[in-house]
Amino acid sequence: MWTRAVWLGLRAAAGGRRGFTSKADPQGSRQVTAELIEHLERLALVDFSSQEAVARLEKAIAFADRLRAMDTDGVEPKESVLEDRCLYLSSDNVVEGNCAEELLQNSHRGVEEYFVASPGNISWPKLDEKEPFSHH
Amino acid sequence: MLGRTLREVSAALKQGQVSPTELCQRCLSLIKKTKFLNAYITVSEEVALKQAEESEKRYKKGLSLGDLDGIPVAVKDNFSTAGIETTCASNMLKGYVPPYNATVVQKLLDQGALLMGKTNLDEFAMGSGSTDGIFGPVKNPWSYSKQYREKRKQKSHGENEDSDWLITGGSSGGSAAAVSAFTCFAALGSDTGGSTRNPAAHCGVVGLKPSYGLVSRHGLIPLVNSMDVPGILTRCVDDAAIVLGILAGHDPKDSTTIQDPVKPFTLPSLTDVSKLCIGIPKEYLTPELSSEVRSLWSKAANLFESEGAKVIEVSLPHTSYSIVCYHVLCTSEVASNMARFDGLEYGHRCDTDVSTEAMYAATRREGFNDVVRERILSGNFFLLKENYENYFVKAQKVRRLIARDFVNVFNSGVDVLLTPTTLSEAVPHTEFIREDNRTRSAQDDIFTQAVNMAGLPAVSVPMALSSQRLPIGLQFIGRAFCDQQLLTVAKWFEKRVQFPVIQLQELMDDCSSIFENEKLASVSLK
Repeated sequence: MWTRAVWLGLRAAAGGRRGFTSKADPQGSRQVTAELIEHLERLALVDFSSQEAVARLEKAIAFADRLRAMDTDGVEPKESVLEDRCLYLSSDNVVEGNCAEELLQNSHRGVEEYFVASPGNISWPKLDEKEPFSHH
Repeated sequence: MLGRTLREVSAALKQGQVSPTELCQRCLSLIKKTKFLNAYITVSEEVALKQAEESEKRYKKGLSLGDLDGIPVAVKDNFSTAGIETTCASNMLKGYVPPYNATVVQKLLDQGALLMGKTNLDEFAMGSGSTDGIFGPVKNPWSYSKQYREKRKQKSHGENEDSDWLITGGSSGGSAAAVSAFTCFAALGSDTGGSTRNPAAHCGVVGLKPSYGLVSRHGLIPLVNSMDVPGILTRCVDDAAIVLGILAGHDPKDSTTIQDPVKPFTLPSLTDVSKLCIGIPKEYLTPELSSEVRSLWSKAANLFESEGAKVIEVSLPHTSYSIVCYHVLCTSEVASNMARFDGLEYGHRCDTDVSTEAMYAATRREGFNDVVRERILSGNFFLLKENYENYFVKAQKVRRLIARDFVNVFNSGVDVLLTPTTLSEAVPHTEFIREDNRTRSAQDDIFTQAVNMAGLPAVSVPMALSSQRLPIGLQFIGRAFCDQQLLTVAKWFEKRVQFPVIQLQELMDDCSSIFENEKLASVSLK
C-alpha cells in the first residue's frame, strides 16, 4: 500500500535527508564587494536601499550557489517549454496602429509627436564623483 | 444568488429570475461592505453598470452572448484594461491608464462579462502574501468567517481583535479574496510560481493554472516570460472550466500561444475512477509540511484508492533543486523585463532632468519598492558575463532535468499528480512579515513553482477546514495540454469532499438571503 511506503520514507527523511530550507553552505559563498555593488547599480539603474539589502543579496547568491552541486553534464539548457514547436510568426502586414496621440498621452513629457528625454551625452558619474545616491 | 455557480446564475439570468443590473448592484454593494478586505484597488462601478445595462438589453431580446453574459468578474491589476487604471500595485504605474485591453480581458468582455474592478496584489506580482503592494495588504475573508471566529473565541475568550487577521497568500490575493467573499463569480489572476494556486488554497477557492501556451499573455504585464500564465479563480471547478473554455486559444498577438485548435468543453461527471492512475511524488513529503496538510493529503490519496483508482508513489528526483533553479531564472527574467520602466513613455517619471541615466535611476528608485529592486539586482548579478554560465545557463539546464522528471512520471502511466498546494493554512499577517519577501517566497512556492518550470497545468482545489477552521487546498498536476482531464479529476474530487461554504453572515446584515442557499451552492456541483 502506498501510504506505508511514504510514511517510512518520512521517518528516514527526518533523520538524514536535506529539507528544502536547509541552511546555505558557507563554502564558496561570494562576498559582495563595493565594486560589485557599484557595477550592479549601474547596470540595473536601481540602487541598493541599505546595507540590509546588500546582505539579502549575499543570501540570495548563497542560495543560488546550491546549483553548483548538481551534475548537468550533457544536459542542454531549456529556454522554453514549447521548444518542440515552431513559434508563431504573424505575416508582415500592418493591421493596426495609427494611435500615436493615444500613446503620447501616457508620457509625462512630450513635445508634438516626440517623447522628451533628458540629455543622453552625460555619463553616469563614478562612485566617488557622485552625490550620495543610494547610501543614505 | 451570489453564492451560486456560474451555470446556475446564467440560467437564472436567461429565465429572468434576476437581471444583470440587479446582480451588478448586489456585487457592488458587497464590494463596498467588504472594503476592509482591501481586495480591490479600483472598482469600475460606472463601467460595470453600463455593461450590465447592455447585457440586460441582450437578454430581453433573447440574444445572450453565452454563459458569462451579465456575470460580474474581477481582474488582477497586472492585466491591462483600456481606460481603467492599471497599477500592478506599484508607484511606477500609479495613474497609468492603458490604451488597450489584455487579450484575456477582451475575451471576457466579448462574452458580456461585467468588469467589477481591478484586484490587489503584491507589487508587480512578486510575493506570496499579497502584502507588498503600495495599496496595502489584502485580508483573508476567512479571518472574518463565523467558522474561524467561533473557534478563536473558544481559545482566547477575548474580544474580537482585528489585529490578528490572516493573509490571503499571493500574489493574486485580491482576486482570491474577491471570489471568496462573493463579490464576483470569477477572477483573473496570474501564475508564475504559484501566484494563483497559493491564494486559492488559503482562501478556500479553486485556483487554476492552465498549461503554458494555452492562454494568451498579451496584456499581462510580464514577470517571467517563460513561466507566466494567466490564472483563473472561481468557487467551483466547473466554473473554472467554463472560463478556461473562453480564454484558451491561439492569439496572434502572443506568439507563445499554441496554434492547435481549442474549443470550449463541458466537464464530464466522472463516476468510475478505476482507470485513473494518481501519482504521489515522494519528494514533496517534506519535514516543513504541516501535519494537518500531510494528513489531508494522505486522506485524499486514500479516497482515490478506496474508489478504485490506482494510487502509486512516484519520484521527481530533482525536486530539491527546483526552488533554487526557479529563484535564478525568475530574478534573471525579471531583471530583463523591468528594464522597460524608465519613465519615458509611460509610468512614473522623476523630476531630475540632468541626464538620461540619472533620470532612469531616480525614476526607478522612486517607482519600485525594495522587493522589486532587490530582484532586479539579484537578476543582474546572475546575468553578469562572469556569472552567466554558472548561474543562468546552469539553471536552464536544471530546468530541463526538472521538466524531464515530470515527463518520465507521466510516461510511466500516471494521469495526474496529487500534492499539497501550501505548507500550512493561512497564517496571521503579523507572523508572515517576520521573514523577508524572498525567504517567504522560497518557502511558500515549494509545491507550486516546479509546475511553472515544466509548463504543466495545475489546479488547487479546497479540501477541508483545518483545526482552526481555515481552508486547506490540495494541488492536482496534469500532463501538458490535458487541462480538461485535469479538471475532470479535480471535479470528481471536489464533489467527494464537499468543502464547506464560508459563513460571512455576521458582516453582511441585509445580504443574509444570499447565504441561505448554502446547501444549493455545494450540492449544485453536477
